[in-house]
Amino acid sequence: MTKYTYTEKKDTRSGFGAGLLEAGKRNPKVVALCADLVGSLKMQDFINAFPERFVQVGIAEANMMGIAAGLTIGGHVPFTGTFANFSTGRVYDQIRQSIAYSDKNVKICASHAGLTLGEDGATHQILEDLGMMKMLPGMTVINPCDYNQTKAATIAIAEHHGPVYLRFGRPVVPIFTPADQVFEIGKAWMVSEGTDVTIIATGHLVWEAIQAGEQLEAMGISAEVINIHTIKPLDEEAILKSVSKTRCVVTAEEHNRLGGLGDSVAQVLVKNIPVPQEYVAVNDSFGESGTPEQLMEKYKLNAPAIVAAAQKAIQRKG
Amino acid sequence: MTQDIQELKSIASQVRRDVVRMVHGCQSGHPGGSLGCTDFLVALYFSIMKHDPSFNMDGEGEDLFFLSNGHISPVFYSVLSHSGYFDKAEMATFRKLDSRLQGHPTTHEGLPGVRIASGSLGQGLSVGIGAALSKKLNGDDRLVFTLHGDGELQEGQIWEAAMFAPHNRVDKMIMTIDVNGQQIDGPTKVVLSLGDLHAKFLAFGWEVMEMKGNDMAQVVEGLQKAISLSGKGKPVVILMQTEMGAGVDFMMGSHKWHGVAPNDAQLEQALNQLEETLGDY
Repeated sequence: MTKYTYTEKKDTRSGFGAGLLEAGKRNPKVVALCADLVGSLKMQDFINAFPERFVQVGIAEANMMGIAAGLTIGGHVPFTGTFANFSTGRVYDQIRQSIAYSDKNVKICASHAGLTLGEDGATHQILEDLGMMKMLPGMTVINPCDYNQTKAATIAIAEHHGPVYLRFGRPVVPIFTPADQVFEIGKAWMVSEGTDVTIIATGHLVWEAIQAGEQLEAMGISAEVINIHTIKPLDEEAILKSVSKTRCVVTAEEHNRLGGLGDSVAQVLVKNIPVPQEYVAVNDSFGESGTPEQLMEKYKLNAPAIVAAAQKAIQRKG
Repeated sequence: MTQDIQELKSIASQVRRDVVRMVHGCQSGHPGGSLGCTDFLVALYFSIMKHDPSFNMDGEGEDLFFLSNGHISPVFYSVLSHSGYFDKAEMATFRKLDSRLQGHPTTHEGLPGVRIASGSLGQGLSVGIGAALSKKLNGDDRLVFTLHGDGELQEGQIWEAAMFAPHNRVDKMIMTIDVNGQQIDGPTKVVLSLGDLHAKFLAFGWEVMEMKGNDMAQVVEGLQKAISLSGKGKPVVILMQTEMGAGVDFMMGSHKWHGVAPNDAQLEQALNQLEETLGDY
């Protein structure tokens, strides 16, 4: 198994902030909007560099989505920023009508996704956003795994024409992907090759999947770990290629078990190569207050949970 | 572009004929508000706005219009068609399978002249503000116009946008509200009172105007005045008093005609009342 190490932990939202600044330097049409969460979204460097290209909307997320749609008329590339909860469910109709159905080139950038907002509790967490956004026709849905990949993804979506949902988080997580990576939308990243089980992970759980792979290796089990940073369009070819070899799969995501990455993978498999699949995800529940570490432990979103799921999947294939 | 009021009235008469024929043709749609806003849209497209029917989405150097109350699509489609955006014969496909003239306007089918999907109420003012900001960044000093129903103002997003525009001195835009006092379930004052709209917009920091919306000369004059007030640090809102169903006697003044199609006899009655001017499609 390929070995991954890290020397630094950093939040993925800071990767977004750095990527936004770089995207702004590369394209003068890039503009940013925020609903009173500049610090949380790490937008200050962009604002310092391009004050005339920043729109402070205030606590009015619906208006922010509409203004972003309007800004595209005239060729601008708007990046909206607020928490994932307020970037999706709160403004679903605005995104559906004024952005997705209207084919507008808006980048919906969502921080504090999943459980790991932590102590603020379920009102500020969201575990349904991937499902909601992937159901919108024409919407690209991206969930990168670390600081470097989030920065690369932010730069990449500025160059992609069409609506995009970019999801990232609050806590610091290990940086293990290269700083100079090229982010290819819709192209899965093979993290580590293996033969006994495929572990398909997204977002913060990719690092946990790597840890799980190492633990499985110590048990004599060869795991193939794939980073699906783009939930939609899904890299079906990479998934089928791996599963045709390993014949069982574990999906891992910081999201509701219903409607997330796991269900997307299941749809591909059931049509092509039906094999045992185990979900590592939140089991149709809201979150609660706690530290990120406590929540990952309680809701079983960590390496030991992935190991257990892999063992079960292997057992089921007989 | 014309300033001839009689000519504009003639165009409005033909547009009204289109509205009742379109709604009759598919036996669905919203004739009442469409007829009430006909004079405004005819004045806007034939006398006020600088626009180009060869159409590109960005509309650089042009004035832009956003229909927020998308259910009055028949009048919008008719005005676009008579302006040269698409062939008049296409109006006969309104609300029918495979048509670009969807029940509510959309960009998705590629209909020239439409820049945003609307129909889910309350979103057009935000989009218009965004377009105005985009023009400012591009150094384009043309205007953005939006049209809304008064019932639509019950949507909260309108007030988010109403707060934003004056705070950010978005002053190259003119919002018009069709104050006909009717919505699907009855008079607006019965369903949910809007209160004193003039005072409300004034308090938010807008330049507020009022005008009669079914008198072509007053509409042209009112829009010219609104333009003279724009670009001075404040957005402009026009409270436009109209009559639902204006131009067709039996439809006037009743919320019943908000979303009901005329039958064959009613169509004939309406067409007989409306002077034929430019020929039917």
